[in-house]
Amino acid sequence: MLDTVAAGLLHVLRRVGGRTIAIIGWLGYATRFSFAVVRETPAAFSRLNLTLREIYFSGVLSLVIILVSGLFVGMVLALQGYDVLQRYGAAESLGVLVALSLVRELGPVVAGLLFASRAGSAITAEIGLMKATEQLSAMEMMAVDPLAHVVAPRFWGGIISMPLLAALFSTLGIFGAYLVGVKLIGIDSGAFWGNMQAGVDFRYDIVNGVIKSIVFGLAVSLIAVFEGYDAKPTAEGVSTATTRTVVESSLAILGLDFVLTVFMFRGVG
Amino acid sequence: MNLNRSALDLWVGIFVAVGIGAILFLALKVGNLINFASAPGYRLEAHFDNIGGLKLRAPVKAAGVIVGRVESIKLDTTTYQAVVTLKIDQGYQFTADTIASILTSGLLGDVYIGLDPGGDTKMLADGGKVAKTQSGIVLEKLIGQFLFDKAATGGGK
Repeated sequence: MLDTVAAGLLHVLRRVGGRTIAIIGWLGYATRFSFAVVRETPAAFSRLNLTLREIYFSGVLSLVIILVSGLFVGMVLALQGYDVLQRYGAAESLGVLVALSLVRELGPVVAGLLFASRAGSAITAEIGLMKATEQLSAMEMMAVDPLAHVVAPRFWGGIISMPLLAALFSTLGIFGAYLVGVKLIGIDSGAFWGNMQAGVDFRYDIVNGVIKSIVFGLAVSLIAVFEGYDAKPTAEGVSTATTRTVVESSLAILGLDFVLTVFMFRGVG
Repeated sequence: MNLNRSALDLWVGIFVAVGIGAILFLALKVGNLINFASAPGYRLEAHFDNIGGLKLRAPVKAAGVIVGRVESIKLDTTTYQAVVTLKIDQGYQFTADTIASILTSGLLGDVYIGLDPGGDTKMLADGGKVAKTQSGIVLEKLIGQFLFDKAATGGGK
């Protein structure tokens, strides 16, 4: 009786220990991979044409969805914001409401989520398929470092594209709000822009928003290249890795957003 | 993807230029960086007994026209008065006997500083002190005083 209990207990402990070691090993692998990618930064910039190609794929080709989403988010914000603000006789504050929501939160976060599903998943699928078809191994055989040629350009392409996409998202959103608020509803154009300029601070709101978008770009790019590089070299493995990229990137963006907001926007500047 | 090098360069160039343009738009048009960073002006100091809900960057108005912004708010630890530094835009001059008062636009609106120039011929220079000030109205104190007065007159009957 006592023997079986002890054996069961040992078994459970062994399982816990095994899982812990596996998790720590995975974390260590991910960290070493991250450092290795960052160490290949000079490679990404000395072979600029590779990085430019990745900016084209993850940045330029994401433009349509980012611009259209930004425009519609701005227009909806203006409609909803006006509906609430006019109850308090503060419809003129629509400009500052829309600008602050977009520049501080929605621009970086929504653009980041779109970027993760539009570009992050593509990066993972591409690297994963290169691994599955043994292109990465072939590169290693030819003494060509896949980290320098495949991973680092994609990583930096993502980091460079993301802040630009977030800024475009916010700009189109503000333009959409201007169309709905000023042209459709008929708020005074001077009050719209004037309140916005009085309420938005460059250092406090815009710089912090850009910092957020750079951090999100870094997180999404790193997760995307890691999941691709770490994918099981099978069709199923690539599909799992792609899904994991989208899920992990989205959760990382939302979690990081909370942490960054706590540190950035705690008091009145 | 059959995209030759020059077309790819062009697209990336357009993307980066438009993206940087968007950041500049946010900084200049939305954040109004030009007016905050480089607006030339001079500083005036005003001491108030109570600034109420005055905040940094609150507008300074004369006759309803914005002529500057509140730059800093400190407490003078010897007189226990609030020291407010006003940055007045270049081109606006105020007489030495100007009165600075803390006002509120509407019942719940923004708090701002109103400047009422007098008839003095001398003008305030950079670093000058606005001698006459009127403190902000604290609504709670006002209501408290009103209730106290009511109670006092009611008790005397």
